Amino acid sequence: MNFRSHTPVRDAFGKALLELGNSNPDVVVLTADLTEAIRVHWFAKAFPHRFFQMGISENDMIGTAAGLALAGKIPFVTTFAVFATSLANLPVRLSVGYNQANVKIAASHGGITVGGDGASHQSFDDLALMRMIPGMTVVAPSDATEAYKATLAIAEHKGPVYMRLGRIPTPLITTPESPFNLGKAQVLRAGSDVAIFSIGTMLSITIEAAQTLETKGVSARVINIHTLKPLDSDVILEAARECGCLVTVEEHTILGGLGGAVSEVISCNYPVPIEMVGIKDTFGESGGPEEILKKYGLTARNVVKACYKVIERKRNRA
Amino acid sequence: MNCDTTTQQITLNYQELKDMALQIRRDTIRMISFRGSGHPGGALGIADILAALYGYSMDHAPDRLNDPHRDRLVLSNGHICAAWYSVLSLQGYIPREELSTHRAINSRLQGHPARDKLPLLVETSSGPLGQGLSVANGLALAKRLDGHSGRVYCIVGDGEMQEGIIWEALLTSSHFKLANLTLIVAFNNLQIDGEVAKIKNLEPLAEKLSRFGWKVIDINGHDFDQIVQAFEAAKGEKNQPAVIIARTIMGKGIPFMENDPKWHGACPSPEEAKKALEYLGYASNYSDFPVPEEAE
Ligand SMILES: Cc1ncc(C[n+]2csc(CCOP(=O)(O)OP(=O)(O)O)c2C)c(N)n1
Repeated sequence: MNFRSHTPVRDAFGKALLELGNSNPDVVVLTADLTEAIRVHWFAKAFPHRFFQMGISENDMIGTAAGLALAGKIPFVTTFAVFATSLANLPVRLSVGYNQANVKIAASHGGITVGGDGASHQSFDDLALMRMIPGMTVVAPSDATEAYKATLAIAEHKGPVYMRLGRIPTPLITTPESPFNLGKAQVLRAGSDVAIFSIGTMLSITIEAAQTLETKGVSARVINIHTLKPLDSDVILEAARECGCLVTVEEHTILGGLGGAVSEVISCNYPVPIEMVGIKDTFGESGGPEEILKKYGLTARNVVKACYKVIERKRNRA
Repeated sequence: MNCDTTTQQITLNYQELKDMALQIRRDTIRMISFRGSGHPGGALGIADILAALYGYSMDHAPDRLNDPHRDRLVLSNGHICAAWYSVLSLQGYIPREELSTHRAINSRLQGHPARDKLPLLVETSSGPLGQGLSVANGLALAKRLDGHSGRVYCIVGDGEMQEGIIWEALLTSSHFKLANLTLIVAFNNLQIDGEVAKIKNLEPLAEKLSRFGWKVIDINGHDFDQIVQAFEAAKGEKNQPAVIIARTIMGKGIPFMENDPKWHGACPSPEEAKKALEYLGYASNYSDFPVPEEAE
């Protein structure tokens, strides 16, 4: 499907759900008083008998979805990331994770860019929380095109999935033709001085940073990690060997997310210097997306600075 | 600010309460419209209750924030905080001009009440629905343990009552006979996706709460007579917690916003805001908070 640039990823998710409704009678959708906010109203209208409005009861919604899945359905549960992963963490861990129930948790408002709502609604520990659950696949699409493909792919996949949908509309970077395989990272730019790994909404600033670096004679490889778990360790180790230093970029705490996951891979196999661009160990606050990204250090400039720093560290080791 | 309950005294204060509620509504519209986001519907609906709490029922004062005997308010439905920030400014807790910073970066007036930003005023951070009543129970238990007087008030939304933890907390309050606790349900029968009764029905709520061991007072939440009497009745209860089911109207006071769930979380356009303020009219004892000039 073709999307216009800056289509919110949740719009693409909603469109893909509609297609799934047509192609797969087992797909059911649940939501907790956020039907339009997460764009499941198209599905609800087209397939009212396969749509369950659960009210403001996220724990109950996740448990109900687990029951539906154990009985053979493919439930998509939808709410904001903070409610899916923090509020309803136990049912996700027990009824979905431990049961290995075929539930797809699709959460919008993942990240720090939720606007005026502030810290209580920001979710930048969701990827870490979900990554810790054995058997949970964790996906974070970077743009509308990728979100569409990811939605179809996770429906196909057997087993629990967490899919994070960011709130900021992002430019289109991936293409309808480029392959999307769960667990396979995508090298979007070749480069040899440093490798930058990006997850989700941070892809466009990562590419911007790589372009800036190019004008300064620094060759940066850009890798899109749409699947945080299972993580593509081959691509990571190849980058570590060939570039000798890495930078990770995420709209997430640097504790236990992409930075943590990539560090685990390299420190056990092929240690090289790494710098992490992400949110420090703090709560967030209200504010416009651009000013928040700036205050919390998530701009192309921050990525460029991290690249210089990590290249310097590589040189000092040599 | 407890006042004498002779008929004359109360009549006198009604005009004051009405005036305060009107200014809360004006402030709510102006704060949300100035910033371009927020939750006007529930805030407009709770304005009368907040005016009665701060202007009549609660034992509080800005210079008594460290007094353990003062009353406390837990705003569990944190999204309606524009109205609450307004009443705090009218009562002298925060400067009037600060209201224009609501939901802005670096502001103390976060989109949902944040204790890290306003430590003594925000009893507990809220936003994610369902969390406040448990904390209110804790505050009420502590008051009892320490022999401190004063009450704990807690406001929840009706949609919010679909959260399971609310029902756990309801059991806690009655199990521990927390007579120093008053729960207020902002019952407007609307939530984001539509009517509460259609989404996940709570009724018959009074009967359920009564079976849960609560004293139940079911009132029109826009009638100051009923509101004040309900607070008094709650205070008179010695053995069980009291809940006031305040039947309110989302968007109250602005005809084109009333009873329309769209206004739960939509920001009025500049024209709509202007119209809304015209409908409301001016409060005689208060004036609007100033906004920074360059932004106007
Ligand atoms: C746990 C949780 N789930 C979902 C939301 C999103 N949300 C914010 S307000 C709201 C509706 C609340 O309805 P109600 O309590 O009736 O308040 P009103 O709309 O009347 O102000 C929802 C679903 C939330 N804040 N917290």
